[in-house]
Amino acid sequence: MRAVITVIGNDNVGILHKVSGVCAKYQANVIEVTQSVLQEMFAMIMMVDISKMNADFASMSDELTALGTELGLSIHTMHEDIFNAMHRI
Amino acid sequence: MNNSMFNATDILETIRMIQDECLDIRTTTMGISLVDCIDPNIDKACDKIYDKITHKAEKLVETGEKIEKEYGIPIINKRIAVTPIAMLAAACPNDNPVKFAKALQRAAETCGVNFVGGYSALVHKGFSAGDEALIRSIPEALDITTRLCSSVNVGSTRSGINMDAVKMMGEVILESAKLTADRQCVGPSKLVVFCNAPEDNPFMAGAFHGVGESDCVINVGVSGPGVVRSTISKYPDLSLDQLADIIKKTAFKITRMGQMVGAKASKMLGVEFGIVDLSLAPTPAVGDSVAHILEAMGLETCGTHGTTAALAMLNDAVKKGGVMASSNVGGLSGAFIPVSEDAGMIDAAVDGTLTLSKLEAMTAVCSVGLDMIAIPGDVEATTISAIIADEMAIGMVNNKTTAVRVIPAIGMKEGDMLEFGGLFGSAPVMPVCRKSSARFIERGGRIPAPMHSIKN
Repeated sequence: MRAVITVIGNDNVGILHKVSGVCAKYQANVIEVTQSVLQEMFAMIMMVDISKMNADFASMSDELTALGTELGLSIHTMHEDIFNAMHRI
Repeated sequence: MNNSMFNATDILETIRMIQDECLDIRTTTMGISLVDCIDPNIDKACDKIYDKITHKAEKLVETGEKIEKEYGIPIINKRIAVTPIAMLAAACPNDNPVKFAKALQRAAETCGVNFVGGYSALVHKGFSAGDEALIRSIPEALDITTRLCSSVNVGSTRSGINMDAVKMMGEVILESAKLTADRQCVGPSKLVVFCNAPEDNPFMAGAFHGVGESDCVINVGVSGPGVVRSTISKYPDLSLDQLADIIKKTAFKITRMGQMVGAKASKMLGVEFGIVDLSLAPTPAVGDSVAHILEAMGLETCGTHGTTAALAMLNDAVKKGGVMASSNVGGLSGAFIPVSEDAGMIDAAVDGTLTLSKLEAMTAVCSVGLDMIAIPGDVEATTISAIIADEMAIGMVNNKTTAVRVIPAIGMKEGDMLEFGGLFGSAPVMPVCRKSSARFIERGGRIPAPMHSIKN
């Protein structure tokens, strides 16, 4: 089971560090990261393995959303199934 | 990136749809049969209803919230639809059916759902025991409850239009508005008159659980006018057939998401998965308007000449895209055009471009009918009945569902505004024709089914 974390907003120092810190806390293993900075807008997509988490998915999702609010970024955490459903036939 | 990984563009498209374009699951509705709750003792029947609903739907809201969290997709409403209550009222001819309304309200409060639909009667060919009493009790039932929705099916392609019921519904709608005049006439906003009512529709106020359905099912209604509008506005120069293709692709993605959520909910609740209703259901929120889709297609204001053609194309493309995404398509499935719930429709009605006559024409090519339209409060009951009769005729002849949900605004006139708030929005009072239809309606009886109903 995997989840996709997306982070969108103004670039600043240490975003990747802080987001992956939350993942580590919940034992969600980061599998892949892509990021780009376009005209100071930061967009990062992170794929994490959630099959060995030490707490429920909702707690991590809430914490990441709160982190986003704190940093002025929009952070979404979603189960991979939704992307499979919408973009794969 | 290897093959199993996702395309960043796809991921960001999904996020944008949800965050900026109001994509959501409009409703997960649990259909519950109450046939096994029928009892000649109305108090016993009410206890059975309460027990069955609160047992079956105990985890409905909780499960919906869990799915929202896990998949990051908002599920706006969690609702319940039940067997038409007239069937239960039939067993208790000497009691006031309003007791059932109270039981349903209590069950809805306990489960935490915002609406329960099914205070309904199916009288398209005639009245059976319980039907008339239930219909007459609708104004009181909608007055004393807040979460109850009511519907009456008065016509069908196979059986014609029951004009006695049509006459009665004009009176019921007016009375319901009067009883709730101190609350923005909210009564009739929870009451739908149908022709060819679908038995698996998850959308309120017209949801009920048909007698051909399983004991308990989960139905899902998706939304997404904002996504379609935003997609269309990226292609200002495409021809209409090319545009239809773009709409199909968008509808496919939206419906796949609905299908996934329905399947998950059904598995988590241990309840059979019913249908996905692939409707474009607008809300008053900015960017979530069907009228704005039609305007993005090239019309200056919704309601001008060309609106019916644009809506016909939109409705068809949504269905074609949706049917491939789900093997269980049902309900109303098409574009909704409720005036008060759609920012663009409200503006067009206030502007005078969108009229009742144009809306009537539009209902011939979309999935529903005259929906959430405020009319002057001093209108005759027979005029409301005549509005219903016209709409039912369109549904009957065109083999489709049509519906009427009009709200007489007591003490108000053309240009005033009813304010419902929330998803129901605000309704500008629209003019109706003041010439009498009374003698036509007073005749009663039945309009026979059309020639093409004889198919066997």
